[in-house]
Amino acid sequence: MEYKITFNHYQQGLEQGKFLGLTCNACHSVIFPPAAVCRECGSSDLTPAELSGRGTLRTFTVVRVAPEGKKPPYIVAMAELDEGPWALGNLINMNPDAADMGLIGKRVSLGRHMVKGDTYASDDTWVLTFALKDA
Amino acid sequence: MRQVAIVGAAMTKFGVSEKTNLEMFAEAGLEAIARSNLEPRDMEALFFGNCLGDFEEGQLHMASFAHAELGLPVSAPATRFESACATATVATRHAALLVGAGVYDVVIAGGTERATKMGTPLATRTFAMASQAQHESSAGITFPGVFAMATHLYAHKYGIPLKDLKRHMAGVAVKNHYHGSMNPKAHFQKKIDIDMVLGGMMVADPLQLFDCCPFSDGAAAVVVANAGKAKDLIKNPIYIAGMGQASNGPLYLQKDLTRVRAREASIAQAYKEAGIGPDDLDVIELHDCFTIAEILALESFGVYDFGKAYDAATKGETALNGARVVVNPSGGLKAKGHPIGATGAAQITEIVEQLRGESGPRQVEEACIGLVDTLGGDLGTVCNIILTNRAN
Repeated sequence: MEYKITFNHYQQGLEQGKFLGLTCNACHSVIFPPAAVCRECGSSDLTPAELSGRGTLRTFTVVRVAPEGKKPPYIVAMAELDEGPWALGNLINMNPDAADMGLIGKRVSLGRHMVKGDTYASDDTWVLTFALKDA
Repeated sequence: MRQVAIVGAAMTKFGVSEKTNLEMFAEAGLEAIARSNLEPRDMEALFFGNCLGDFEEGQLHMASFAHAELGLPVSAPATRFESACATATVATRHAALLVGAGVYDVVIAGGTERATKMGTPLATRTFAMASQAQHESSAGITFPGVFAMATHLYAHKYGIPLKDLKRHMAGVAVKNHYHGSMNPKAHFQKKIDIDMVLGGMMVADPLQLFDCCPFSDGAAAVVVANAGKAKDLIKNPIYIAGMGQASNGPLYLQKDLTRVRAREASIAQAYKEAGIGPDDLDVIELHDCFTIAEILALESFGVYDFGKAYDAATKGETALNGARVVVNPSGGLKAKGHPIGATGAAQITEIVEQLRGESGPRQVEEACIGLVDTLGGDLGTVCNIILTNRAN
């Protein structure tokens, strides 16, 4: 059983500004980021799909005490993508000190930024970003 | 399955320790064995919990060394468990399953952690390793950050102004520090007030310092025995009435973080096996790693409806002598401390002592049924154990 889209393939997509996911042929759920099986029904009958990169911000925090190697403050948020999945990433186009409950429900567009590896997770990784549509 | 009992339980003082992981574990383990009127040579297996020994002391494969430190026989296998903060509860559950299945008669389970050795930046980094590495910890999410996101979701979902929710969350911290003030084993033994909580340093908006449990050092251990043998060893075995454990994946698959699905599945298993429901619980030791976590847990248990537990502490319903059910009489993770590999066994130790009437000034009157609840990682593992002082 081979992955239709591996993490490496997904990362290459992000590098090119593409949000690669999968559609489940059994229950029609969209799977993002890609996985071996559909989280909803367990099927491995999956077809690659490209997501729109649009969503709605559902929650956030401003990290002020950061792990070794990260510079606070920065915003971590979760968005519900228009195709259904939720994603976690960094909200980038706003001042962390201005983040408040008013963010919840705002429309966001997806992007990505490169996070350098550290001593423990040595791979450089493309991580999702969110940007407010009206900013 | 045979009935299974806890015959001895013990913990070190939690806090900042100069002792090694092995020394702390041996102190707790030897005391738990002595309280069971047994000797180390009587232990048939060790179910050993430790999360971050490699970062704390450069030590992997600690189970084998813990086995030696306790003086267990070579024939008794020692196995390490790692389920993030739920480690020792998961270890104890697996000990109880094998005793229940008749593989062993008497075993020891527990855990140890020396988290303060790492310092806050490395500890924050290593704890974040319990979030999914490729998609989530890479974005810089921290454990306070996970529960901060749950707090914002909770406020929005139930239409509670964040300022009001935070004041009620502060009530959880005040209550648990009050309980901790009566626990000589607690990391923090001083009472605090709501103004102290709301005046604390911001850690991850909206969670402030006193919304968060500390990094702690400590160990705890329990001796688990077949109930038939337990009655020959001690006069007051504490019986395992039901257990549950469930798993969930990364945050992006969990979506609504106010509903801890792993806990809902785990507690359903435990209630079913015990043949009880939320109204039957006399005392609860639950996973209050952050103030909001206590609120979410009480709703998962069905002690409160969803969206209704947020003001339980400020209404005095969950304190010692409270109107509903006593929650975290030990001080919880908040005040007792949270040496992650040891926490679950310390929660079991508290419930065992409560059900034996040995808890002194923080004794819950006439406690017969107690619940242990331990959450691992970012809501991805939950393990529950229901204990009772009544034999079947």
